[in-house]
Amino acid sequence: MWLGPALILIFVIVIYPAVTLVVTSFGKFSIIGLRQGSAGIQNYVNFLTSPDLGHVIWNTSVWVGAVVILTILISLGLAQFLSKEFFGRRFVRWAVIVPWAAALVVSSQLFRLLYDYYHGIINQLLLALGIINKPIDWLGNSSFIMPSMIAVGVFVSLPFTTYLFVAGLNAIPTDIYEAARIDGARPQQIYRRITLPLLKPAIFIGVVLNMIYVFNSFPIIWILNGSNPGFGNDTMITYMYKLAFKSAQHDVGMAAAAGIFNVLFILIAVGIYLRFVNWREGVQS
Amino acid sequence: MASRRFRGWKRARRFVLPLAGLGVIAIFISPYIVMAFDALRPSGEVLATPPTFLPKVWTPQAFQQVLTDPSFQNWLKTSLIVATSSTLIVILVAIPAAYFTARFTFRGRIAFLGLVVITQMFAPTSLVVGLYREFYDFNLINTYTSLILTNAAFNIAFALWILQSFFAAIPKDIEESAAIDGCGRVGTMIRIMLPLTLPGIVTAVTFTFIAAWNEYVVALTLIQDDSRKPLTVGINSYVTAYQQNWSQMFAASLIAIVPAVILFALIEKYLVGGMTAGAIK
Repeated sequence: MWLGPALILIFVIVIYPAVTLVVTSFGKFSIIGLRQGSAGIQNYVNFLTSPDLGHVIWNTSVWVGAVVILTILISLGLAQFLSKEFFGRRFVRWAVIVPWAAALVVSSQLFRLLYDYYHGIINQLLLALGIINKPIDWLGNSSFIMPSMIAVGVFVSLPFTTYLFVAGLNAIPTDIYEAARIDGARPQQIYRRITLPLLKPAIFIGVVLNMIYVFNSFPIIWILNGSNPGFGNDTMITYMYKLAFKSAQHDVGMAAAAGIFNVLFILIAVGIYLRFVNWREGVQS
Repeated sequence: MASRRFRGWKRARRFVLPLAGLGVIAIFISPYIVMAFDALRPSGEVLATPPTFLPKVWTPQAFQQVLTDPSFQNWLKTSLIVATSSTLIVILVAIPAAYFTARFTFRGRIAFLGLVVITQMFAPTSLVVGLYREFYDFNLINTYTSLILTNAAFNIAFALWILQSFFAAIPKDIEESAAIDGCGRVGTMIRIMLPLTLPGIVTAVTFTFIAAWNEYVVALTLIQDDSRKPLTVGINSYVTAYQQNWSQMFAASLIAIVPAVILFALIEKYLVGGMTAGAIK
């Protein structure tokens, strides 16, 4: 009775669609989405032999890998800074929250204009500083679009990760630092020998959760890559979405087959996460 | 020698740290400042080449146009209805579940909590094709109901973790003495437990409301009828291949994000706890 309503809601909105996804992946559908019988494993064959799959997987790996690594490294520094006491720290913390609280669509649209070839302030700024001598087509040039999207991905992932690390740093007892200082340890030694090892659990959680969030991330790629045709810069999530709803074929079955792989990826990541945090104890304490 | 350098740094850090802080603020805020300036100038000026940081003409015109635009009013209405309803459902569903899992050990407790973690991690994005098929089969495309249920289900997790940690922190004696004084289960809940967990409830409400308010991919997929789109989907129609009303889009965006940012700042200290399922404490 206590858990009933929660269970019903989770079953109807999470489990049922997951089952529907599996069923859909074995179905054959017309362009407007009417079911036309079974497709056997044809959707999986189509998906796995699709000429786009190779670079979609490559894009996904670059996107997730680069965003997660850069986010973790920058957040480590930022968290160290924000855990120090100084005048105005509260305002800095509020500023860091902004990209987290703002809808991702809004931030993505904003960066679409900031990156614009003619009207974007980023080109203007770099030209004025003499860093570049002609404007760059950040979102239209295939060698610049991925780094540009990664920069936005890092920007919006920093707040959560930084807050996570600040919480991790606050959990380290201060007397350890004092003891190390009395023993004559230098700041770099303290950081490498004490802070980093004790922060390891938080770093691991940050890596796994960010992998899931960044993998799932949709609006940034959807909007910044919106004006480019084809699947050239898509990740698994936007590729699946385009297959189902935007491509000429509207192939729901093949999109569902792609969706199955996305779900499996997340399940594996969640499995690693749960094993690591030993959450049975975590939630009981 | 080392101690003198240390003292020198101690004096310097009073200025260096706040200055560095100012730099960090600038990095995180400046894109949104550009957005605010673009919302405060005529649409044509946003598309000037080269662009200028400060508006040449300051005007609240875009805000007036957006607020009197019937489409915008519809989107705002959808966002408010969907975010409010899903928040209500989440609270009603999560409070008993959080109380129960915090107080009792029962068979299937671990399985239930595992299910909740999976819900939290899946996010609607990876299931969006399945969700679309489900609502298509039940004829719920283009309805508020589809958005409300989806947002509610995927936000149970955060509310549950936060509320659970608050319930767990209340000593059992308080409940027992309430029971001795003749309070029933429900009476204890309403009169004793809920007031004590109020900060947790406020956090869960705020977070859920903002998450539903900011939701994009499900609404983009399930709502095709323009008058039922939420803000996150609707505002994109200010800038299309046919019209480029950047200042209106940014005015609408600001109206959408400013309340969210303020509310988020208020629950700042609980955010991490709810997102990591009590893993680090």
